[in-house]
Amino acid sequence: MANNKRLITILIPIISVLLGLIAGAIIMLASGYNPIAGYTALWNGAFGDSYTIGETIRRTTPYILTGLSIAFAFRTGLFNIGAEGQVIVGWLAAIWVGLAVDAPMIIHLPLAILASIAAGALWAFVPGILKAKLGVHEVIVTIMMNYIALFSANEIIRKVLTDGGTTTESIPATASLASPWLQSITFYSRMHYGILIALFAAVIMWFIIERTTLGYELKAVGYNQHASKYAGMNVSKNIVLTMVIAGAFAGLAGAMEGLGTYGTISVMSGNINIGFDGIAVALLGANNPLGVVFAAFLFGALKEGAGEMPTGAGVPTELVDIIIALIIFFVASSYIIRWALLRFKKGEK
Amino acid sequence: MEYVIEMLNIRKEFPGIVANDDITIQLKKGEIHALLGENGAGKSTLMNVLFGLYQPEKGEIRVNGKKENITSPNKANELGIGMVHQHFMLVEPFTVTQNIVLGKEPKKKTGAIDIEKARKEIQDLSDRYGLKVDPNAKIADISVGMQQRVEILKTLYRGAEVLIFDEPTAVLTPQEIKELMEILRSLTREGKSIILITHKLKEIMEVCDTCTIIRKGRGIGTVNVAETNPIELASLMVGREVNFKTEKTIADPKENVLHIENLYVKDSRKVDLVKGLNLDIRAGEIVGIAGVDGNGQSELIEAIAGLRKSRFGVIKINNKDITNLSPRKITESGVGHIPEDRHRFGLVLDYSIGENIVLQTYYKKPYSKAKVLNNKEIYKKAEQIIAEYDVRTPSVYTKARALSGGNQQKAIIGREVDRSPDLLIAAQPTRGLDVGAIEFIHKKLIEERDKGKAVLLVSFELDEILNVSDRIAVMFDGKIVAVVKPKETNEQELGMLMAGSNVSGIGEANGE
Repeated sequence: MANNKRLITILIPIISVLLGLIAGAIIMLASGYNPIAGYTALWNGAFGDSYTIGETIRRTTPYILTGLSIAFAFRTGLFNIGAEGQVIVGWLAAIWVGLAVDAPMIIHLPLAILASIAAGALWAFVPGILKAKLGVHEVIVTIMMNYIALFSANEIIRKVLTDGGTTTESIPATASLASPWLQSITFYSRMHYGILIALFAAVIMWFIIERTTLGYELKAVGYNQHASKYAGMNVSKNIVLTMVIAGAFAGLAGAMEGLGTYGTISVMSGNINIGFDGIAVALLGANNPLGVVFAAFLFGALKEGAGEMPTGAGVPTELVDIIIALIIFFVASSYIIRWALLRFKKGEK
Repeated sequence: MEYVIEMLNIRKEFPGIVANDDITIQLKKGEIHALLGENGAGKSTLMNVLFGLYQPEKGEIRVNGKKENITSPNKANELGIGMVHQHFMLVEPFTVTQNIVLGKEPKKKTGAIDIEKARKEIQDLSDRYGLKVDPNAKIADISVGMQQRVEILKTLYRGAEVLIFDEPTAVLTPQEIKELMEILRSLTREGKSIILITHKLKEIMEVCDTCTIIRKGRGIGTVNVAETNPIELASLMVGREVNFKTEKTIADPKENVLHIENLYVKDSRKVDLVKGLNLDIRAGEIVGIAGVDGNGQSELIEAIAGLRKSRFGVIKINNKDITNLSPRKITESGVGHIPEDRHRFGLVLDYSIGENIVLQTYYKKPYSKAKVLNNKEIYKKAEQIIAEYDVRTPSVYTKARALSGGNQQKAIIGREVDRSPDLLIAAQPTRGLDVGAIEFIHKKLIEERDKGKAVLLVSFELDEILNVSDRIAVMFDGKIVAVVKPKETNEQELGMLMAGSNVSGIGEANGE
């Protein structure tokens, strides 16, 4: 029985992805495009050569971290919609330290990374403490915090980090995650060492959730606050701590963009969506660290491959957004898939 | 003899276990037929087979003598079988009428729901069976007993001739139970047939005509209730002799363990429910608190356990002030608490049995070291407790949710007693359990007493209070109004005291 359940939990996202792709094909057909050409272009855009593979991994990196952020909070029963804002402040803090501090790499890079973690954690601490002490719903506060992050960051970029400009200078090499070696083997893609940090973060999340007393408490609070209180756990403290750790993951995602991919931060006209896409990644990955890594990779590949679709097959890139939306739709309506799978099983008997 | 329902030689397997094996039950028209068995004996599985939720591997079901294949609850409804579940399935913000017609709404010609017609029909049904349900009341506003009647009306409205009741009295107060028994009788008078799933022997003796007993998934037999007695039923159910009277020696109380002085506690509506309570419990005695529900018992326990702040007064354990300390500090001061609501407080249902066993000790050695859990030690402890307390579970890795109520309770008791607390609080420890489990739990409480621990027992079951306690403290309107010895009192006297009337000859322990 238990094995069966596990199998179904794994099968649901896979089937959802397949259904999403099939539905995407139907939409392409209906709009007069060739789905085979479209998907070939998508594949080539994501895995066609070493450059695109490098770029796919580069895109995957922050998705892993925002996915972990949302999945972690969710295990305690909290919904961190604020990953978006936490990414922005993490990015800003990393670049700021990158530009302001002058130090050898062994100090400078860790310092910049830590700054991003601290910024994200602080940004998530606010909704955490409001939820724990005053019972204010974290969804409302985190959404507000996203806007505060966005517009404050823009203002700081304009007024503090530049002289009315829109993009900061590039950070020095001592604070950069960029890797000439990774770039050279991927035909000068922007792939950087951040992927190792992201994978390591997934291991950390697994360890915290599954192996530590902290994870034990956090899950207990997520499942049953009354029993947690009865057991002598400090429910408020755990809520704050969960948000802080979730924010740290998201802040780190900002460092991936800042220190790894771009080396700068620019004025943003609106949402950067890495945080919001993290919600979908966590959902598809069933809030499980390994699942999040796979889901982030899928998102990275789809988003990267989309770039090739207009030139390779004349299909608009928006189609990929439709496919992603459909995949999420199918995961969210997993009840139907579950039901169908059980039916199918019974039929076999 | 004509039977309305026959289930013949039913066998139902789940991976790894045989839940029902060769069970036969035959229901006559107009009778109340009890289905008796311990927690987890397979009663609910059998009824779920009848209700179409499970398909049996072997055996056949006949309805009015005709063989039927019941593939879904809808099919069961069509055949006139209705089920009143233990956990109600009602939409709280909806009215009684809206809940009853849900899924089978009468329509006007325009296609709109004819709620007025439904209301009348429900009123008629309610009057005919003496249910006294107000069709316009909102579910959220009516008592649990009334909600159960709505469930009964739901099955009647759908034309049920056979009603299955799954442990209907588990959630009811004594008065509501009395009324339910009357309703069951009036249903059979109108020609309905009833299967009553229960493990309460008193109820069987009171209303049932026949009784089918199952033990560990096997059908043991069917007896005529008029020709049997509770002792025979109990031994058939458990498979051995059962003692109703728990044997114990005379208590030998020693030093004071719990001391409560002039305690005031508010409930969640900010009203004082404990009002100047005084209570002392000594090592080596069991003090039972008798009282009608809602006289502050729950608030008192929550205050001792640290789950609720007290407004005024002092609570001491072994002479150490624990008033308004955190639950963890209180636990560490030597208090064990078997909570009233085991699903809300006692267990994290989505955690495994093993994880639940260390709910208050996970942060200590050997269950964790440097904040890293040691699963080997955790599950070793769990193995020991499930063996010692006879918790029937497929494994220590099974989620608590999957266990029957009695086994969940045994796991909680095992966990609390194993920590060997100086004060053990047992709130309604046997609610909803079968006689075998009750006997076991009483024995454990007395064992703790004999080890020199103080035990505080709160129960609505006077039998239990009289049986287990060494002293009985009667609680009324937030105070202990009398302290009596079980040997020197009886149910009538306790009942009077619990209702707040003064009985001469008994000094008020804490009068104003």
